[in-house]
Amino acid sequence: MVFFNDLANPVHFDRYTRWLFPAALGLAVLTGGAGLYFALFGSPADYQQGDSVRIMYVHVPAAWMAMACYSSMAIASVVGFIWKHPLADVAAKQTAPIGAGFTALALITGALWGKPMWGAWWVWDARLTSVLILFFLYLGYIALWRAIPDKARAARLAAILAIVGFVNVPIIKFSVDWWNSLHQPASIIRADGPSIDAAMLTPLFLMIAGYMSAYVAMLLASMKNELAARRLARLLSAGEEQMAGLVER
Amino acid sequence: MNRFAAIIKRDLALAFRAGGGAVQGVIFFALTAVLFALAVGPSLSLLSKIAAPILWTGALLATQISLDQIWRADREDGSLDVLVETSDMLAVTALAKAIAHWLATALPLIIAAPLLGVLLNLPENVIAPLVLSLLIGTPGLSLIGCIAAALTVSLPRAHLLISIIVSPLYAPLLIFGAGAAMAEPGSAQVAANLMLLGATTLFAAIISPLASAAALRSNLD
Repeated sequence: MVFFNDLANPVHFDRYTRWLFPAALGLAVLTGGAGLYFALFGSPADYQQGDSVRIMYVHVPAAWMAMACYSSMAIASVVGFIWKHPLADVAAKQTAPIGAGFTALALITGALWGKPMWGAWWVWDARLTSVLILFFLYLGYIALWRAIPDKARAARLAAILAIVGFVNVPIIKFSVDWWNSLHQPASIIRADGPSIDAAMLTPLFLMIAGYMSAYVAMLLASMKNELAARRLARLLSAGEEQMAGLVER
Repeated sequence: MNRFAAIIKRDLALAFRAGGGAVQGVIFFALTAVLFALAVGPSLSLLSKIAAPILWTGALLATQISLDQIWRADREDGSLDVLVETSDMLAVTALAKAIAHWLATALPLIIAAPLLGVLLNLPENVIAPLVLSLLIGTPGLSLIGCIAAALTVSLPRAHLLISIIVSPLYAPLLIFGAGAAMAEPGSAQVAANLMLLGATTLFAAIISPLASAAALRSNLD
C-alpha cells in the first residue's frame, strides 16, 4: 500500500518508469523474439492443421491479453474510484486503447486462422461473439472518456462503466463450457494439465510473456505521455491567465 | 415506500400525458417490425421463422432510444437535484425510476408484441413464450439502461453514446430472450433460456441501482 501511495506522486512515478520502462521493453523484445523464433522454426507443425497452427502463437496471447487488459482496467478503476488514486485513473484510461488493440488483433488473427480451418472468416460461435462484445465494451469505455470534458468526473464515470462491464469477462472465460461450440475448449489451463504438446507450449508461454511485457511498456509510455499532456495543459492555461492579467493592466 | 410509489406515479403521469413519449415507443416498435418485413420480403415462411428475433430486437431498440429521458428531463427542470439531495438511499430512488421506465416504455411494447406477431406470421404457439420472455427480460433492459442514462446525464445529448454503451451489455438479455422464443415450444430449452434470462435480469436489479446512484452522485458534484 505504501508503494501505491508513493506512486500517486507523479515525480515518484517518473522515477520508477525511468528504469521500469526500458526493463519491460527489453523483456518484451527478448521473450517476444525468442517466442517468434520457436513459433516459426523451433516448433513442430500440427499433424492436422499443418503450418497454419503457428497462427496460434500470435492469436492465443492476444486473446489472453484482451481479457487481462480488461481485468486490469477494472481493478485500476476500483482503486481509482474508492481511493481516488489519480494514477490508477490514468492507468485505467490508458489501458483501454491497448486492450482494444489486443482484442482487435485476437479477432483478426482468429479470422485468418478460421478461414483455412473452418472455411469461414467469421462464425457466430459463443467465444468469438463474446470477444467481439468485449471489443465494443472497450469502445464504449473510450467513447465515454472522450465525451466528458471534465477529467476528474470522466474518471469516476468511466470507472463505474468499467466495473459494470467487468461481469462480461468471466462470461467469456466460461462461455466455451456453457455453450457447445465450434471453437476448441480451453486446452492450457485445465484440471488435468495442459492438453497440448510441450514443444508447442514453450513458444506459447514465451509469446505470452512477450505480450505482457509489451503491455507494461506501452502502458508506462502512454501514462507518461498523458501525465505530460495534462501538465502542459495546466501550464498553458496558467500562461493564458497571466497574459490576460498583463493585458488588463 | 410512499416516496417509492410517488416517484413511479409521477413518472407514469409524465410519460402518458401530453408530451410524454410512452406512445411514441410503441409506434417506433411497430415501425421496426414493418421495416424488417419490408427488407426481408413478403415470404411468409421466412418471416415466421425470424418473427420472434425481429420483435425482440425491435423491443430492445425501442427501449434503447427512450433511455436518454430517464434522468435528463429531471435534470433539466431541476428535480434531479431535489431527488439526490433528499434521498436517504439514492439507489432505491434509482430502482423506482427504472421500474417507472419499464412500466411506461416496455409494458406497452409487450402488449403490442402479439399483435405485431400476427403481422409477421409468428407461429401461434410461440406467442406465449415470446410474451413471457419479454416480460422477464425487458426489466433487465430498463435496469441496465438506467445506468447508461445516469452516466451520461451531464452531457448535452447522449442518444448515440447511450446506445454504444448499452448495446454490448444487452447481449446476454437478447441471446436468452430471443433464445427462449426461438426454441421448440414446450421444450426444456424454453425453460432453460427463461431461467437464464431471469437470472440476468435479477443480476441487473442488484447492479443497476447501485451503479446508477454512484453515477448520479459523480455527475452532480
